Amino acid sequence: MEQIVQEIVAKYNYWVYVILMMIGFYAMIGKRNLVKKLLGMNIFQTAIILFFVSTGVKKGGRIPIVDKYSGLAGTIDPNTIDNPLPHVLMLTAIVVGVSVTGVALAVLQRIYREYGTLEENEILEKVRR
Amino acid sequence: MKTLALLATLCTGALLLYGTKDFPAWGDPQSPANSYLSPKYIEHAVQETHVPNLVTAVLGDYRGYDTMFETVVIYCAGMAVVSVLRRNRSQ
Amino acid sequence: MKQLQEKAKQRQLGDSLIIKTAVRLMVPFIQLFGLYVIVHGHYSPGGGFQGGVILGASFILLALAFDMKTSFKHMSEKVNAILGNLGAAIFIGVGLICALVGGLFLDYSALNIIIPLGPVEWRSFGIFLVEVGVGLAVMSIMVLLYWNISSSGKMDEGL
Repeated sequence: MEQIVQEIVAKYNYWVYVILMMIGFYAMIGKRNLVKKLLGMNIFQTAIILFFVSTGVKKGGRIPIVDKYSGLAGTIDPNTIDNPLPHVLMLTAIVVGVSVTGVALAVLQRIYREYGTLEENEILEKVRR
Repeated sequence: MKTLALLATLCTGALLLYGTKDFPAWGDPQSPANSYLSPKYIEHAVQETHVPNLVTAVLGDYRGYDTMFETVVIYCAGMAVVSVLRRNRSQ
Repeated sequence: MKQLQEKAKQRQLGDSLIIKTAVRLMVPFIQLFGLYVIVHGHYSPGGGFQGGVILGASFILLALAFDMKTSFKHMSEKVNAILGNLGAAIFIGVGLICALVGGLFLDYSALNIIIPLGPVEWRSFGIFLVEVGVGLAVMSIMVLLYWNISSSGKMDEGL
């Protein structure tokens, strides 16, 4: 029992992301309203972004902006600077997420204009008819 | 339907939590993500590009291809929104 | 919801003098800060994406506080489209010029042949050029998304 608690405390960050991801996943597959599905997708995306950023953390590390002169002299210890690579990847992922949300909202508006509703089952009924 | 969704969600969550057993602990400097490529960026980026902000250096120079296609993606998103939504004032 | 909208229309809740004056005062500073974030991305947190979003937010703020006509007065649809295309073109153009003068695609140190600044300095400057392109593209697309989605494509009134 104590071992399990220790395991959880040492890796509590993954628990946060998994729970956030579960909230988003449930909203994506369990809700009928399309806007709620979109919100679920955004929550899912936030969980993944947090996960990636947390892989770059080093205990006691500083932000990845270094002193120029010590950088030119080559005296930087990589263990004291956070990993810049996940930050870069997530920077692009955030902007892509914004554009995905924009396109999704546009498509939802178009669906509302065509069918007059955003509930999934009502739309499916109108499509089948 | 809702119970099925809840069940699927809980199964996925349990599988992922089981998977975290093999993940490195939080803030470990020797974890796989921190040990192969990124120390080279941290050590050599300032000498090679004269940019103290390592994120900008990696974003603009080492991974410029990635950033370029990312710009193309948001450009395409703008075009998609215009082509889906835009209507003329006369209609 | 409909009652609330009618109430807002009657009392003109959206047309508060305080909000309009505050936005009019704030917008130039927001734009200046956006340009600072783009240009200073080499030395502090910032860069093309962040600065572009701040620049776009200033125009969105104009459209929110006044109406869409006011934001069209500051940046018309045509100018917005030109800036967006220019941003993407700057990025790809810099990469293409690098390839044309004999280097690899997006290898900025090859530009040293055109203006001899030194290959390392050119890599720094090439990152700056690329960031400006990204900033322009992101600003234009953010404003475009807001205009289209808030007015459902009619581009007349908006929220």
